[in-house]
Amino acid sequence: MDERKYNMAEEVKVFSTWASPFALRVIWALKLKGVEFDTVHEDLINKSPLLLQYNPIHKKVPVLVHDGKVICESLVILEYIDETWKQNPLLPEDPHQKANARFWAKFGDDKVMQSIGGGVLLKEGKEQEEGFAASMENLKYLEEEIRGKKFFGGETIGLADIALGWLAHYLDIVEEIVGLKLIDQEKFPSLAAWKQEFANAPIIRENWPDRDKLVTKYVVVREANLGKGTPK
Amino acid sequence: MANAEHVKLLGFWASPFVRRVEWALKLKGVDYEYIEEDIFNKSSQLLELNPVHKLVPVFVHGERVIAESFVVLEYIDETWKQCPLMPQDPHERAMARFWSKFVEEKILFASWKSMCSLGEEKEKAAKLTVDAVEKIEGELKGKRFFGGESIGYLDIAVGWMSYWLPIWEEVGSMKILDPLQFPALTSWMRNFLEHPVIKENLPPRDKMIIYFQKRSQEFSSRPRG
Repeated sequence: MDERKYNMAEEVKVFSTWASPFALRVIWALKLKGVEFDTVHEDLINKSPLLLQYNPIHKKVPVLVHDGKVICESLVILEYIDETWKQNPLLPEDPHQKANARFWAKFGDDKVMQSIGGGVLLKEGKEQEEGFAASMENLKYLEEEIRGKKFFGGETIGLADIALGWLAHYLDIVEEIVGLKLIDQEKFPSLAAWKQEFANAPIIRENWPDRDKLVTKYVVVREANLGKGTPK
Repeated sequence: MANAEHVKLLGFWASPFVRRVEWALKLKGVDYEYIEEDIFNKSSQLLELNPVHKLVPVFVHGERVIAESFVVLEYIDETWKQCPLMPQDPHERAMARFWSKFVEEKILFASWKSMCSLGEEKEKAAKLTVDAVEKIEGELKGKRFFGGESIGYLDIAVGWMSYWLPIWEEVGSMKILDPLQFPALTSWMRNFLEHPVIKENLPPRDKMIIYFQKRSQEFSSRPRG
């Protein structure tokens, strides 16, 4: 019997915020593996002393605390979770497939999120046009990668799916706010299909943050970045 | 046997990202074919093998192509088991990954920015770099290497600091690595550079100075905004 599976006497805590797509990754991973955990809800305007103690370097969520061991940075946490709880693996055994998953997870954070968040949501006019063009380039690569597969991980949700999963909920919100379609079903049919599949997958579908609250939040963030007080 | 398949590395002589892959291969005694790329005139092979980023290093093992140096390092460590680079314990592995990401984001890019900029921008970036170096100094905790008694993944990931950073300091007229402020790191740099494998695998210093002077001038003369 794998004792870990039953979480006896193990303390698992996740520091998160309701809106954070990064903390959401950690919650998905733990739930997909059936690991019991406590959530510590943080307010980023008023960070708890414990959060600052556990993540003095970045002072951000998510933070995972497992039996006193602290891990920060969502992708680092995901790999820790996968190595610690072996059921429902997020990464395949084969080193090349592993490398592939890690590559696309990193691409998602370094390029996709940057172009859509920084380049489209937070910009307007010509700068936003450039951000949109860059986003299209990046989404094209994702489209090619997902073609013929149910998930980036193959038949089951893997590390890259979890890393890119924000696209299946947060992107709709960005599109609504800026009035632009990014994952167009005609332009990116495979990616659009993956979005649906992922958004409605068990566990995933039960853990999305409130859509309306997110719209409100991101409108404020967009406006603050554009230096405006009132909506366009 | 997978390990016996042909290994190829597309690189650029002055790139710290490429060099870290070479250190890993050499430490493990893996034979590879090195292909020097002109990153200012990229070959069709490079563009074909890494269409997403169009960057070196690109690692080819048999039919498998891997890009992104940290991803390549983990692949190498998982494929060739001799001289293991990553620790076994999941928490220690998480620490190695965390700190390599931290150094890449907070020290490498900040010090590059400092080298390439002027005046207040240079000072600001240099200060941020020093603040970050303080954090990694604390991580050595009296150890010879980040990996303990022998070179590990984190040493290789941050190894560029021992050689590229002093060169960037000279080219950019910044002072980052103060031996009085960072005694552990200064010791580590010496140990790292004296390691037989590392010592034999560093690009020539004089060429590096000329190269980075040129790069730095190009960056600082670019129009802003």
